[in-house]
Amino acid sequence: MNPWAVYALSGVAMFSVGLVGLFSHEHPVKRILASNIAGSGVLLVLVALARREPTGAPDPVPHALVLTGIVVSVSATALGVALARRIARIDATAKAESTGASDPEAGGGSA
Amino acid sequence: MSPTAWMAWPVILPLLGAVLALLVGRKGVRVVAGVASVATFTASAVLTWEVATRGVLRQAIGGWGPPLGIEWRADGLAVLMLLTIGVVGPLISVHALDHLGDREDREFLPLWLFVWCALNALVLSADAFNLYVTLELVTLASVALIAVRRDRPGLDAGLRYLLFALPGSLLYLLGVALLYGLYSALDLGLLGQRITPGPVAWVAAGVMTLGLCLKTPLFPLHVWLPPTYTGAPTPVTALLSALISKGSYYVLLRLWLEVFTPILDWQVGQFLGVLGAAAVLWGSLLALSQSQLKRVVAYSSVAQIGYMFLLFPMATLGARTGAVYLVVSHAAAKASMFVAVGNIHQAVGITELGGVQGLAYRMPFTFLAMALGGISLIGMPPSGGFIAKWILLEESIWTGQWWWGLVLLLGGLLASAYVFRILRGSFLPLPPGVTVRSIPLGNELAPLALALIALVLGLVPWFPLELLAVGTAR
Repeated sequence: MNPWAVYALSGVAMFSVGLVGLFSHEHPVKRILASNIAGSGVLLVLVALARREPTGAPDPVPHALVLTGIVVSVSATALGVALARRIARIDATAKAESTGASDPEAGGGSA
Repeated sequence: MSPTAWMAWPVILPLLGAVLALLVGRKGVRVVAGVASVATFTASAVLTWEVATRGVLRQAIGGWGPPLGIEWRADGLAVLMLLTIGVVGPLISVHALDHLGDREDREFLPLWLFVWCALNALVLSADAFNLYVTLELVTLASVALIAVRRDRPGLDAGLRYLLFALPGSLLYLLGVALLYGLYSALDLGLLGQRITPGPVAWVAAGVMTLGLCLKTPLFPLHVWLPPTYTGAPTPVTALLSALISKGSYYVLLRLWLEVFTPILDWQVGQFLGVLGAAAVLWGSLLALSQSQLKRVVAYSSVAQIGYMFLLFPMATLGARTGAVYLVVSHAAAKASMFVAVGNIHQAVGITELGGVQGLAYRMPFTFLAMALGGISLIGMPPSGGFIAKWILLEESIWTGQWWWGLVLLLGGLLASAYVFRILRGSFLPLPPGVTVRSIPLGNELAPLALALIALVLGLVPWFPLELLAVGTAR
């Protein structure tokens, strides 16, 4: 098998692994990471397809696309992580409030 | 200014407005956003005029045309979408002003301008990779809009939307990579000339369609839609359903009718049509069985998107006109209904369907809008929905595929059932103990204006129909 085909197929494999992870996990951070893996897989396919016969010099267009793709994926990851963090913070506050509020009750009831 | 130069303004002006709106203080936001909205709409209208009088316009971005550079293209379809976004979007944002709080207001307007900028770029772009970038820009700005309230339901809805839209875009990007590897082109026109049926082209078409159907969403990929639409603030839901979901559908339409035409055969068309028909029936039945008002309207969106996929089995120019007409009239009608739902929630604070009881007497404009929007969803004359469904029905008979006509009629029947379920309740006497807060007049008039657009689309369809024909001569 040609080396470029190995890279392209590995990219497809990575993409599939990421996609499976994205839909089989519940935890938001795991799902964000899975989407990152899937994204890197697609970009790897693009890099592999930049091969040009017979000169061997790579085609610059897919490289430019990959750079753009990386920027997009960084922004999407940052946004996802920011949302997940805020959700976690709201949950933590709610938990602290509920334990704080139920403390006097629990103290009065059981003691 | 040369006519092609007008193409940049519908994208530059909202971007400029968004950045300025973020920089100015609390009071300036509305002024900046208002000026940017008027300017963007004017630019869209002028571009529409140029296209209507001169025909299709092309602009090579930065002077670099295809195959190396990116080309933007304005044909009748593109400018009709620009106009739809430019009319429906600002009316929704007018409603958002009084619906959301003060802080959300300051963030809603710039974010909406970002979405507007990205949608306009998406509509004008004729380059497969550029379309990927604009799809992602729309997604990222929409996610921020959904979470603008920073409450738990909104944040959940935003993250859910992001995690379904991302794989959708990635599937699309994988298809772009395969197409470039095979044909060394990204321009839709060039790809359309070079494409030949074959396994790689099939896989590319398959993954791109899957990704875009996940984003739109088409049945059975719609699982994320109801919770996302319910969790988002109502003005944002209106934007999502009316305009944002149409972005990925627009790309799908361009791809199948301009690039993948050689491989759009009978089986593929029927397959997409069956999914569309299933969406119509399943979405309508679920809309009928919901107890929450907002979920009724959300499931109705699943059904309405289904009609738009009936275009693919017929694949005629007439069917394309019908489907696009539905996109436009659904944008106005559904925006009007969601905005009306927002008014009802604001007035009585009840999210149950029973909350509408007696409100027709207290909020006449809101329920008039709801009824007029409903007429368009059902497809009764006079409404944009009627014209769209009539064209599709005609095409289904002319192409000898009468079964799609049956789906159209059955969907209309089910739609009338869920619309009447809402309206019937509103004419019952107001239950005791319910206080109805008064709604600012602007908020009552915004849904009415949107519903009137859906009505006018049914009364004077000539202009949009003639516009749609620009650039279709082959």
